[in-house]
Amino acid sequence: MSIRKSRDWFSPDYMEQKSKKEGTYGLHPLDNYLRKDRIPHIWCPGCGLGIILNSYLRALKNSDIAPEDTAVVSGIGCSGRAAGYVDVDSFHVTHGRAIPFATGLKVGNKDLVTTVFSGDGDLFAIGGNHFIHAARRNVDFNVICVNNFNYGMTGGQAGPTTPQGAKTSTTPWGGFEQPFNLPAVAAGSGAVYVARWTTYHVEKLIESFEEALNKQGFCFIEVLSPCPTGYGRKVGLKTGKETMKYYKENSEIKPDADPSEVALDPEDPESKIIVGNFVDREAPTYQDERGKVFGEARKKMEVDG
Amino acid sequence: MMEPGTYFMEGNTACAEGAIAAGCRFFAGYPITPASEILERICERFPEVHGSYLQMEDELASIASILGASWAGRKAMTATSGPGFSLMMENYGLGLMTETPCVIVNVMRGGPSTGLPTMVAQGDVNQTRWGTHGDVGVVVYAPSSPQELFDYTIKAFNTAEKYRLPVVILSDEMVSHMTEKVEVPPKDEIEIVDRKKPEDPPEEYLPYRPDEDLVPPMANAGDGYSVHVTGLTHDEKGHPSVDEKTQSVLVTRLIDKIRKNADDILEYEEYKVEDADTMIVAYGSVYRAAIEAVDMAREKGYKVGLLRPLTIWPFPEERIYDLAREGIDSFLVAEINFGQIVYEVERCTGGASDTYLAPRMGGTIHTPEEIVDRIEAIDRGEIPAFKE
Repeated sequence: MSIRKSRDWFSPDYMEQKSKKEGTYGLHPLDNYLRKDRIPHIWCPGCGLGIILNSYLRALKNSDIAPEDTAVVSGIGCSGRAAGYVDVDSFHVTHGRAIPFATGLKVGNKDLVTTVFSGDGDLFAIGGNHFIHAARRNVDFNVICVNNFNYGMTGGQAGPTTPQGAKTSTTPWGGFEQPFNLPAVAAGSGAVYVARWTTYHVEKLIESFEEALNKQGFCFIEVLSPCPTGYGRKVGLKTGKETMKYYKENSEIKPDADPSEVALDPEDPESKIIVGNFVDREAPTYQDERGKVFGEARKKMEVDG
Repeated sequence: MMEPGTYFMEGNTACAEGAIAAGCRFFAGYPITPASEILERICERFPEVHGSYLQMEDELASIASILGASWAGRKAMTATSGPGFSLMMENYGLGLMTETPCVIVNVMRGGPSTGLPTMVAQGDVNQTRWGTHGDVGVVVYAPSSPQELFDYTIKAFNTAEKYRLPVVILSDEMVSHMTEKVEVPPKDEIEIVDRKKPEDPPEEYLPYRPDEDLVPPMANAGDGYSVHVTGLTHDEKGHPSVDEKTQSVLVTRLIDKIRKNADDILEYEEYKVEDADTMIVAYGSVYRAAIEAVDMAREKGYKVGLLRPLTIWPFPEERIYDLAREGIDSFLVAEINFGQIVYEVERCTGGASDTYLAPRMGGTIHTPEEIVDRIEAIDRGEIPAFKE
């Protein structure tokens, strides 16, 4: 009792009174950004999606971009459900097509700060072709890829990021296909901003999201995320906590790393999860280039009558 | 848009110009024979009208991006042919489910698969109706000339905006590659329809609560309504719901939206029907041969008329039901396929008339003589009525 008295600013009673006075009682700091009637969400205990969505919304809040100027587009899968929880114009489209939908949305209204929030299977298997072409065009939107190394929603099947050797429901004898190194795919396709973090690196993740929100051009952020239900339990990471510990102990921040050298190799005990902001460069966007060419075309039309 | 006047114009060009006249300012497409000229014309013309076009990586992306652009408030279109249209079935369904206004042009060529890229066919008629999974109500126009490609592209945009759905223009290689006289009317003579905007303030707005016409007002992204749009079964709020009742309410309305407004949407034309006992049914390029076949058959003494659906879907089912009971003994459906609309005609007659098919596998259209030969063969009892 004496402890609480001496530090009453920290006591629940004090907080309750203070928040009631301020009119924020019972509210989460991000409540204005969430569709509260859609909560609780569908994600499993230990899943990393809550951390990633939280980080994105904090970045949005920090960036001072008005929610009405923001749009979120998701494909299909656990990550795809993010669009259903954010209280901004949000689109939950077909499997793999979040990127071309977002392309139309952004080109249709250049003032919408647009983010694609989806999973590794959605963005890089069924949607892989769209990803490389949107990066090549340098359309001005952000892609957040939640990489949990498997198809979580459909029951833990292997995907384009599943490490070789990993057991999943479609690789019962161990995976044998070579996985994508996502930062290399993004950088090689023309993304102007490429980062990788894990759900352990929350502060860095928020910073990265903020940078992407404020940057013109195609920005890509890969977030490694625990999936104890679909993936972790089959590869010895049975809980979210264990996976976070694994990320903590095995990650190495290397902002200047060459994206082509950050492939994940969990089979090699010496190998690290390289994280950081690997690419941050300036390049004219699709909108810039089109504006230039169309402007010239209009001038020529006037001259030619 | 183009200066009003009379032009000598290719069908695909007329389609692109119709889109511009309708207010289309977003186009996404992928090159494909015989539809590429639509994309090319748009690319040439869009700087002038301040439009945005994207040559996408495939047709999956083309249609996805026009749905996105429509939600950004643009009038948006894509154009393709059979192989691309097959890829578009996925997001045709998303567009119907999320009630997203846009226009899809399918310039039909010979199929199946890669088929006859440079030659005419009408094999995609039922695909426009049943090609995407689940139960849907659709609107499909089948123009027969460059002039109609101009006029019905404008109409397709208006219907898309009015009833909130992707509307299909089902052209074919022959109509799209034909060059003919096209009258471009003055701007103030062109009717333009825009989507209904919500009148409720954002806190009261329910994005999928329909008005009496079964169409919900549409808030665009960026309007401050914080809409949620999903391909999952959704309630009036737009929120997903795994629930038999929500499914029933939503899907019934999506179908009724077209069915109960069919009087407003449906279009067909008739020719020399008054004293006819035989009706040819034809659409698209085949209509052009069929109308001549009517006159040729009449010179030989046959009392032949013509019914031409301009909207393939909704189909003029009540009119055929009535004709079958008002003196029409037989219907002859001439189409460049192995029988698609013929099933619809046979269904609508309910057995009150005989239904015959003049099939063609693609590559060329029927000649009027072939259609007349068919009428004579039916008269001689050489062809069994359509039963399959």
